[in-house]
Amino acid sequence: MPTVIFRSPDGTAHQVTAASGTVLMQAALAHGVPGIVAECGGNASCATCHVYIDPAQTGPVGPPNDVEDEMLDFTAAERRPTSRLSCQIRLSDTLDGLVVHLPEEQV
Amino acid sequence: MSAGVVIVGGGQAGFGVASTLRACGYDGPVTVFGSEPHLPYQRPPLSKKAHTGPDDLQVSLVPETFYRERDIDLRLDEEVVSLDRAARTVTARSGARVPYTHLVLATGARNRPLTVPGADLDGVHAVRSLDDALAVGRALATAGDVVVVGGGFIGLELARVALAGGARVTVVELADRLLGRALSPALEPRLRERHERFGVRFLTGTAVRALEGPGRVERVVTSAGVLPADLVVYGIGAAPREELARDAGLAVADGVLVDELLRSVSDPWISAVGDCARGPHPHAAGPVRLESVQNATDQGALVGRRIAGREPEPYASLPWFWSDQGDVKLQIAGLRAPSDEVRLTAGDSPERLAAYAFRDGLLVAVETLNWPAEHLAARRLLAHGTPVTAADLAGTTLGALARARRATEVRT
Ligand SMILES: Cc1cc2nc3c(=O)[nH]c(=O)nc-3n(C[C@H](O)[C@H](O)[C@H](O)COP(=O)(O)OP(=O)(O)OC[C@H]3O[C@@H](n4cnc5c(N)ncnc54)[C@H](O)[C@@H]3O)c2cc1C
Ligand code: FES
Repeated sequence: MPTVIFRSPDGTAHQVTAASGTVLMQAALAHGVPGIVAECGGNASCATCHVYIDPAQTGPVGPPNDVEDEMLDFTAAERRPTSRLSCQIRLSDTLDGLVVHLPEEQV
Repeated sequence: MSAGVVIVGGGQAGFGVASTLRACGYDGPVTVFGSEPHLPYQRPPLSKKAHTGPDDLQVSLVPETFYRERDIDLRLDEEVVSLDRAARTVTARSGARVPYTHLVLATGARNRPLTVPGADLDGVHAVRSLDDALAVGRALATAGDVVVVGGGFIGLELARVALAGGARVTVVELADRLLGRALSPALEPRLRERHERFGVRFLTGTAVRALEGPGRVERVVTSAGVLPADLVVYGIGAAPREELARDAGLAVADGVLVDELLRSVSDPWISAVGDCARGPHPHAAGPVRLESVQNATDQGALVGRRIAGREPEPYASLPWFWSDQGDVKLQIAGLRAPSDEVRLTAGDSPERLAAYAFRDGLLVAVETLNWPAEHLAARRLLAHGTPVTAADLAGTTLGALARARRATEVRT
């Protein structure tokens, strides 16, 4: 089971372990990680599940899909090269140890 | 026992109140009554794919541990049957009485019933709950002819789900067009055409007169002829669940009437949120009742923050909505009024369309087909109150305007 660390802007870390195949956004919600809103429930409609992937790990996570890429231009917090929508990422054993940074705001 | 917050209704809005109370540090008792046996769950997926088994029960908003860890007393399968405003208690079907200092009504809505003869036959369903969705999912597995009564959001979604499952699908709608006032007349034919291209048949301006069959439905009698049917699903609107409020003497009028802080206009210790509440909104001329995840979530959070002791805020969130109908993603930002002027614009690829609605020359709402980025740009600009005129939009998109605006913000 992959483990993910969510880092809040204030530096707090939330460690979450979830089954392989779990959507990253769901893993955060299930553990009450603050800072992921996910208003649309993972439907790629709201961009309130925005995260920054740790720069060292963008390779294994992969790039955003086309729709996601466009949506990332309109997130509440600034877009960075490491920006992704967490509802579009599925956890797998290769992502074990993933570090994800939470943005200042989602809405 | 010291009184705390009692929330009636374990859905999207009730969940929002309870989780926000704890996130804001409220440490009194929080009790949530839910009349369904399931953990609070999301309804949108119910009409967007065929649900057939236990795997599909994974629509819960959060797992059970979430409530336990936060000391939220979640009482499932337990319906509140009365309120005593003088004693400040609620009474549940089991007889349990719980005192409150603040009461939040988050009872949602129920489907308007189909009242034609034969509506009680087997094989006739509406979708509101998880159990409804499972029943429809199972029926779809063997249905050859499906008749959808009502061309609203849920009807159109279910039509595409049935079609994807291999059924022949006819949508019967009483009005001359789909989605009534929810979609601008300019966009409606384009949406309809996309569904027709995939094989959905529409009978608009057509009344359903009766459902017939020997115990199980076999035919739908309409003003335009008789249709064969193994399965009938209907979605003809919803009505707020307001009996508790009405019986307790609170003002109701197609929804529990609330003020801008979402408190009952009759009792400041009672709030109402989500599908069951009707209140003022800066984007609407009169009190509105909205049925959307956005509204349930934002209203729940607003009331949670207020009760937890944060500075009270008037409800003013920008309304937005989405509906996934097969390959069509319909999204709406803002509230359009029938008198608004609408301009239709094609996007940069053939499946993308936007309808921009202007009131007194300013953009107030945007409907998009398969164009999530434009929808999000609309939400950013409308929520910030950025004035956009038709001239501003000539030859460009909201996406481009929002990007330019963001670039300026970064510079200043
Ligand atoms: C099939 C379907 C698809 C939808 N799709 C979309 C979509 O794509 N996008 C979108 O934005 N919105 C969609 N909606 C609307 C959205 O789901 C609702 O607006 C939202 O769920 C409202 O939340 P709520 O908490 O007010 O009500 P609900 O989620 O309905 O929850 C209310 C709960 O309270 C319980 N309850 C009622 N009375 C009592 C009582 N006396 N005691 C105890 N419990 C009680 C009810 O059983 C229910 O579980 C959809 C709705 C449906 C039915
Ligand atoms: S949860 Fe809405 S876009 Fe990810």
